[in-house]
Amino acid sequence: MGKRNKKLKGLTLHFMPYSEIAGLNSVERIKKLLKIVLNHKVVVLQGKLRPEEETRLIEDTMIMIGNIKGFKGVELAVIAQDSSSLGFMAKFKFGLAKALTGQQNALTIIGPATIVKEMRKNPKKLEIMMK
Amino acid sequence: MVIKIWKSFKKRIFGFLFKKKKDISLGFYGPPNAGKTTLANKICKDWTGEEMGKVSKVPHETRHVQFKEEVEIKYKEKSLKFKLIDTPGIATKIDYEDFMKMKMKKKAAQKRAKEATQGVVESIKWLDDMDAVVIVIDSTQNPYSQVNITIVGNLIAKKIPVLVVANKIDLKKSNLKKIEAAFPEYEVVGISAKKGKNINEFYESLLKLAKKA
Repeated sequence: MGKRNKKLKGLTLHFMPYSEIAGLNSVERIKKLLKIVLNHKVVVLQGKLRPEEETRLIEDTMIMIGNIKGFKGVELAVIAQDSSSLGFMAKFKFGLAKALTGQQNALTIIGPATIVKEMRKNPKKLEIMMK
Repeated sequence: MVIKIWKSFKKRIFGFLFKKKKDISLGFYGPPNAGKTTLANKICKDWTGEEMGKVSKVPHETRHVQFKEEVEIKYKEKSLKFKLIDTPGIATKIDYEDFMKMKMKKKAAQKRAKEATQGVVESIKWLDDMDAVVIVIDSTQNPYSQVNITIVGNLIAKKIPVLVVANKIDLKKSNLKKIEAAFPEYEVVGISAKKGKNINEFYESLLKLAKKA
């Protein structure tokens, strides 16, 4: 009986296509991503944020730590294709596609620090360590 | 009218010739406990005789931006004046319970965590005011953390020259090659700020970096 009542712990991955944030401004993008994280879900975003959006995300996260009870921050990782090893034409095509559509051949993973202990990244793999 | 024009002309010419050269604002950025303050202290001690800030094994010891103005660094007959800006470590998470594990009382840990979050925001705000940045990375840790990549990405976007310093090379676990592989487009200098190892090579690279500022 006791065993039957025992709650199973699960993890929700929320996949977000780039099109869902493409039309939003920076503030709205970050607000949308952090709202999901606050609901104890790990966001998997197709594409990546701009560098200034990443710092804005860190800033907003820090402000939220002080104001939302139990919130301890986020774990963040971006997996993207390394364009430095590409040839000239491939680099040009890569740059053009990036300018037109945003960097969609990347994945951004953002998880609440209360669930995700650590994201260990190297050029070939990403390990997500859970609490 | 003629006198007015002459005065304005004189002011421009003499102002240009005798303008006080602005010190180069040099920021120290990186994750917590990478050794930013230890390096800033080493530079200050070498060139001014005084230290800049307190260091500790507990992360987030530096929770406010600290400065040292008019630090003149000389290397091989070259010399430049810097304003050193030591910034709090940038992190994506801060948990007061982590400080309690380091024998800190709950209230003190909560206070430190609160100040640390404010410090991160302050560090990011200061990015716009830098002429050049030294990114300090602990060479015993994984360099691919998103914080490092985010800082570099922002500096590229703002066209601020960057020097990557792989600190703590005196430790056994240090892996300089891994840091160099993670930042192939930048000059990486391996040092031990604590022991002063390779510090002359660092000063040489720093003066080269300052020329780009």
